[in-house]
Amino acid sequence: MSLTAPIDLGLAILLLGLAVWVIAASATYRAAEGFIAYGLVLALVWVRVGSVDVALTEAALGSGLTGLLLLRAAARLPPADPAETARPGKGVRVLAALLSAILTGGLAAVVLLLPEPAPTLAPAAAASLPATGMGNPVTGVLLAYRAIDTLGESIVLVLALVGLWSLAPDGAWGGRPGALTTAPAGSALRFLAQVLPPFGILVGIHLLWVGADHPGGKFQGATVIAAMWVLILIAGLRRPPTVTSRAMRWLVVVGSLLFVGIGAAGTWLAGAFLAYPDGLAKPLILAIEAALTLSVAVILGLLLAGPPEAECPTEARS
Amino acid sequence: MMAAQDIFTVATVSLGALFFLAGTLGLLRFPDTLTRLHALTKADNLGLGLIVLGLLPQVSSPLGWIGLIAVWLLALLAGATVGQLLAGAVRPSTGTSAHRGDPPA
Repeated sequence: MSLTAPIDLGLAILLLGLAVWVIAASATYRAAEGFIAYGLVLALVWVRVGSVDVALTEAALGSGLTGLLLLRAAARLPPADPAETARPGKGVRVLAALLSAILTGGLAAVVLLLPEPAPTLAPAAAASLPATGMGNPVTGVLLAYRAIDTLGESIVLVLALVGLWSLAPDGAWGGRPGALTTAPAGSALRFLAQVLPPFGILVGIHLLWVGADHPGGKFQGATVIAAMWVLILIAGLRRPPTVTSRAMRWLVVVGSLLFVGIGAAGTWLAGAFLAYPDGLAKPLILAIEAALTLSVAVILGLLLAGPPEAECPTEARS
Repeated sequence: MMAAQDIFTVATVSLGALFFLAGTLGLLRFPDTLTRLHALTKADNLGLGLIVLGLLPQVSSPLGWIGLIAVWLLALLAGATVGQLLAGAVRPSTGTSAHRGDPPA
């Protein structure tokens, strides 16, 4: 154990240093870059505390996808004008520092004053796990015990996409999301976008499939699949679909619809909303996960592609 | 027999770690972007390759070997691509038609 102590200490110092960097960075772009590195180090920390499921999610969604969203946002924002970004007054700053210190102190006190052993629901979760047919307790919690939370998450993603699309100007409605970049033919990026997607899609499906018994799951798998799609879009091999495409809209909602449908069927068949009939828990959970993976992958890709733009400038540019 | 495998692992993984150290030093000390890229890709290709090579005897299942080698090959592919892209971004004038607005053929 003593061998790993320096590694843990190094990770903690690196994490705090990156956090300070993200806050202190003067340019938005640099802060976004720092945030990506912060997410990757945080994923390593999650591995060190034994939460591989969380680590995978942090690396895929927290660092990769959110980082890319932030980079795109930073690229679109005009450079900050030092004259316009006036610093808040001293009183406000002191107040903010005070509140932050109280929050940090409170959190530290809560963590340090935990009773030994810390209260946990893990034994209860593990005891009922065989009834769900799942081997990974995290998947059991996400899709059986707390399925309502996961249902809410899947619907929030659809709403986020609706919110993003509402940012489109009237004239652009019906168009495609703007081109991410245009890579010249024969460039290394195009080569990568032609070679990598089969492997990435395989990894995504693998993450979904092993999620039943091992770390992994639909969100991580969907993020990898979405990344492959975005890579193809960035390389210019395919264009994103128009926002009015029926097929694409069905893909966006199929996961949530199936989840709600199976949940509602549980009201009659198993006595409660989102309850699974005896013996059918595993196939139903797998069906929901598969449909959600598809929907989440499409939604994440569309979120990264951005709101639709008017056709004409896109045509002229690409 | 076991000992020979372990010695092989320790030796190759240490050598791989040395390449990572050298690559990091190069990243910090080399004068411009292209030479820094050169240092980084050496760390990725050789360093990771040696570490994977050293770990192979420690894995008993053929699926584990394939997984390890796949990690190295994918890192090679990603490293080479990103290296090309960064180099192209730094020196757009040397690219053939690497201007961002050019129509893809």
